[in-house]
Amino acid sequence: MARATNVDDVTVIATEGLSKRFPRVTALDRLSLDIGPGVTGLVGANGAGKSTLIKILLGLSPATEGRAAVLGLDVSTSGAAIRERVGYMPEHDCLPPDISATEFVVHMARMSGLPPTAARERTADTLRHVGLYEERYRPIGGYSTGMKQRVKLAQALVHDPQLVLLDEPTNGLDPVGRDEMLGLIRRIHTDFGISVLVTSHLLGELERTCDHVVVIDGGALLRSSSTSDFTQTTTTLAVEVTDSDTHPDGTDALRKVLTGAGVKLVGLNGLDAEGLPGAGHILLVEAAGEETYDLVRDSVAGLGLGLVRMEQRRHHISEVFRTEEAPAAHLEARTAPVSAGAVLQKGSGRDEH
Amino acid sequence: MSTETGAATGSETSRIHNIGYRAYDGPRLGRAYARRSLYSQSLRGSFGLGRSTKSKVLPMLLLGVMCLVAAVIVALAIATPNTTQLPIKYTSFAIYLQAVIGLFIAAQAPQSVSRDLRFKSIPLYFSRPIERGDYVLAKFAAMVSALFVITAAPLVILYVGALLGKFDFADQTKWFAQGMVSVALLSVLFAGLGLVMAALTPRRGFGVAAVIAVLTITYGAVSTIQGIAWTTGSTGAVPWLGLFSPITLVDGVQTAFLGADSAFPGGEGPGAGAGVVYLIVVLALVAGSYAVLMRRYRRVGL
Repeated sequence: MARATNVDDVTVIATEGLSKRFPRVTALDRLSLDIGPGVTGLVGANGAGKSTLIKILLGLSPATEGRAAVLGLDVSTSGAAIRERVGYMPEHDCLPPDISATEFVVHMARMSGLPPTAARERTADTLRHVGLYEERYRPIGGYSTGMKQRVKLAQALVHDPQLVLLDEPTNGLDPVGRDEMLGLIRRIHTDFGISVLVTSHLLGELERTCDHVVVIDGGALLRSSSTSDFTQTTTTLAVEVTDSDTHPDGTDALRKVLTGAGVKLVGLNGLDAEGLPGAGHILLVEAAGEETYDLVRDSVAGLGLGLVRMEQRRHHISEVFRTEEAPAAHLEARTAPVSAGAVLQKGSGRDEH
Repeated sequence: MSTETGAATGSETSRIHNIGYRAYDGPRLGRAYARRSLYSQSLRGSFGLGRSTKSKVLPMLLLGVMCLVAAVIVALAIATPNTTQLPIKYTSFAIYLQAVIGLFIAAQAPQSVSRDLRFKSIPLYFSRPIERGDYVLAKFAAMVSALFVITAAPLVILYVGALLGKFDFADQTKWFAQGMVSVALLSVLFAGLGLVMAALTPRRGFGVAAVIAVLTITYGAVSTIQGIAWTTGSTGAVPWLGLFSPITLVDGVQTAFLGADSAFPGGEGPGAGAGVVYLIVVLALVAGSYAVLMRRYRRVGL
């Protein structure tokens, strides 16, 4: 991955006082970002300005004021050069159902400037990397949502870009598909050496995938930090164990051991109080760091219980607002009308055709 | 690789299945190449090439009909003794077979542009080096070329047949050239109108209906009113009425400038003066179609 090290010092995306105003809505409000190589999550509620930012970064929509640069190229003057080196995966459906994934991705590779032979080779490679095998010769219309998302990802990667912009890639996927997609996104950087900007309205799924998370709201920067900052304060572990003959109530036994070891429990006595089926058997543990995972593992093994699962609970974007404590309420009140306006503006059909 | 046998095969296959990611260091041919690729893909698509067998049927059938009719005309002309020229003029051929041409554009224009709109593939194009103008130009040029293929191929058959029949070379060549100019004009005009109708109606079925409506209803209305005008003695109105439908526009231009016999009632085609108006209207329609398409795609950027 020589290339990955080459771009280490380079800023991948930089914006400076970037604003985008529509007649009735401010989509971006003096946004200044500095995003380096790696996987960066862009989190925001619907209408927070994520899609507007992507449009500006691709050089397709002029900013009202401020500057933005992608891979060191100015978006207002070098749009075509940027789009040659950047891949984009839209949020919505964008695949024609009547042709095969191979034909479609080959065509898209040529539209990115790859010669015919290279387009075919890269298509075969890329489809294999995103996990599409024999089905790639069948018409796309018959694919599952997960497979369609993979084709969309493949067309964004086929020309070997230096940066991909993924707009809500986990939308509409079931939990397994979501995890697979997140794993794939992680590999885009670690294995392929391509930087990633991925948007989502779920912070929880991004903090596990990304090196860095940027939270925007109402078009303004709310928070920008490396993911370790988020995880240190917000990680909750859900642990579920089996019962055994010596410990008829395995959950209770584990709770005693863990509290004895000084681990803090979350919620009512550490039990998941959401009232979901089987929730009484799930213990919510606050994870201080790596050592908590080890402690849980060792405690479960020591009790001779079976570990059914141990997973990070997903967080919603709203929790970021809550951790902002006192200013949060005031902040939400300030931004609410803007968000509502942005949603309205979307609904008015500007984004539709 | 082929010399590897036995025990080596196992490790060899596992290596092939896990070759890792390979970066692309080859050439990136940029915007002009992408535009050309889109053009050739769209042109091939108009005849169902590179698409399913089902989508080849109609365009190939229509092309076959056009060529077959031309071949029959040639056969008749050669088989009939003492003929010195073809039974129809090159310029009349497209007018006679306008229904076939209409069907072709009605079926293929929506195929070419409505799919990208309906399935929202447009953002994938515009997130690549090409721009709006490149997309419109490539689609427009591809449709013009497809129409030109289907209208010029039978003329080529007629011309070759005429030469085989040893008809006068100079005359045939001149008339053939006039016919080619005429179908080129027809291709540009029909492609523009067809694409505009298709781009404004993303549902493919409606697109087909809209194109047929624009071509046949206007022609039906214009020729009916022309007929009435001619029988009631207002022959002066006949050439001007032809301005209101695509096929009579082409007819008018070729009557005025390309030595064609007008298909208007009583052969009352426009003279050179009115012909200029015809030409201006045709060019304005083509320019207008292009402008409407550009406008249409401005709204679907991403």
